[in-house]
Amino acid sequence: MQYALMIHLNPSATEAMSEEEGLALTEEYMALRSDPRCLDGASLAPVDAVSTVRVQDGDALVTDGPFADTKEVLGGYYVIEADDLDAAIEFAGRIPATRMGGAVEVWPVAFRRA
Amino acid sequence: MIDQVFHDEWGRVLASLVGLLGDFDLAEEVTQEAFAAAVERWPRDGMPRNPGAWLTTTARHRAIDRIRRDQVLATKLRLLVTPEAEEPMTARPAIPDERLELIFTCCHPALAVEAQVALTLRALGGLSTEDLGRAFLVPTETMKRRLTRAKTKIRTAGIPFRVPPDHVLPERLATVLRVIYLIFNQGYLGPDELGAEAVRLGRVLVALMPDEPEPAGLLALMLCHHARRAARTRGGDLVLLEDQDRALWDQAMIGEGRELVRRGLARPTRGPYAVQAAIAVLQTEEPVDWPQVVALYDELVILTGSPVVELNRAAAIASAGEPGRALDLVDGLDLDGYPYLHSTRADLLRRLGRTDEAVVSYRRALELVPSDPERRFLQRRIEGLGAG
Repeated sequence: MQYALMIHLNPSATEAMSEEEGLALTEEYMALRSDPRCLDGASLAPVDAVSTVRVQDGDALVTDGPFADTKEVLGGYYVIEADDLDAAIEFAGRIPATRMGGAVEVWPVAFRRA
Repeated sequence: MIDQVFHDEWGRVLASLVGLLGDFDLAEEVTQEAFAAAVERWPRDGMPRNPGAWLTTTARHRAIDRIRRDQVLATKLRLLVTPEAEEPMTARPAIPDERLELIFTCCHPALAVEAQVALTLRALGGLSTEDLGRAFLVPTETMKRRLTRAKTKIRTAGIPFRVPPDHVLPERLATVLRVIYLIFNQGYLGPDELGAEAVRLGRVLVALMPDEPEPAGLLALMLCHHARRAARTRGGDLVLLEDQDRALWDQAMIGEGRELVRRGLARPTRGPYAVQAAIAVLQTEEPVDWPQVVALYDELVILTGSPVVELNRAAAIASAGEPGRALDLVDGLDLDGYPYLHSTRADLLRRLGRTDEAVVSYRRALELVPSDPERRFLQRRIEGLGAG
């Protein structure tokens, strides 16, 4: 099965980080991306850069900010191949955000072009 | 007789079919068909020598028929037509017991607690959707949706049919134990059937995990409470432990609980259920060794860190002869919305002769308790203090 792991970050967790700590964290995310089970992944820009699009009566309605205005923000995602939910949970549990006040949603992928 | 067989075999047959098919719904349908076939045939042809194997084989054949009819599922057929003895009902079954896998699937933490509870009772206990709706006070339709949603999640999210590996086993087992205990507590003042069902599930778990101490602890705890069910109420009114008619206690059940606790004591470490069971056993003795109960509560407070446990510990301290110290402890707890904080506090004040304050606390408890027998009990206490 494939799972999309949506990484919700608590931005305040990284604010006070030194450059070294920040680099170590990036390394950790890169290492997970290099895991053979990881099919895809991306790190997303800070929430200040996000726009939300709706279409009303044929017109695009664009608003500043994310769809859901919460303390945690979507910081990135991985798409992984895993035997079952337990294997996906195990992978998700190694994502740094989970121990830094954030959380990872585990979404089974319904369809994805290889 | 057939009823008893059905109850015992439902979970086993269903587990075997889920394991084989990897599809909860199909497994449930063919298991149901096999049981319906048994109801029709056994009274006529006599009970087979190995009812479980008969039911499993019949369910498997139904599944083959279904799958043959449905070419989309053709791949699953290969799995099913593994060579089998012509007459598998005569020998001891080579069918593995996969109920443990089924329990862990039903109690997977990715399912909502209420779904875990309903699914466990449905899959392992064979309770009907109607029974479940009645037991949990929701319409049958709501219960049906709850079960369907859970089964859909098992399929689409890839919840495995497997006993979890060692590194996650303790937390997964804790979920299973909590589900069984929730079922038991639902039956505590509610339908008696659920209490008995939880005890049955506890026995199954102990049989399947004989080396794990906490299932045995939970079973012992439930047995000690279940043994007293006939004495717990009189004419619909609540009867406290010390006022219960001991002749109504099920001594065989208490003996079984005591034996489980005795065996558990030999282990190097104890979990929260084993400690609670030890407390429950002590409370069936005459007289109750209250200092020993307090010592066990000390242990339980460390294990759980729960303020409710601290409240029970305070009550035990009062029973051990120190109501004043107990009151100080109770007043240090942050449990204002919890009715039994106030009823315990009221009881301590009553014993200390502080009647007016006791009445105030009883009234506060009265506002919060969930059941009529409890309300009537508190009302009598208030009247007993001359403040009706």
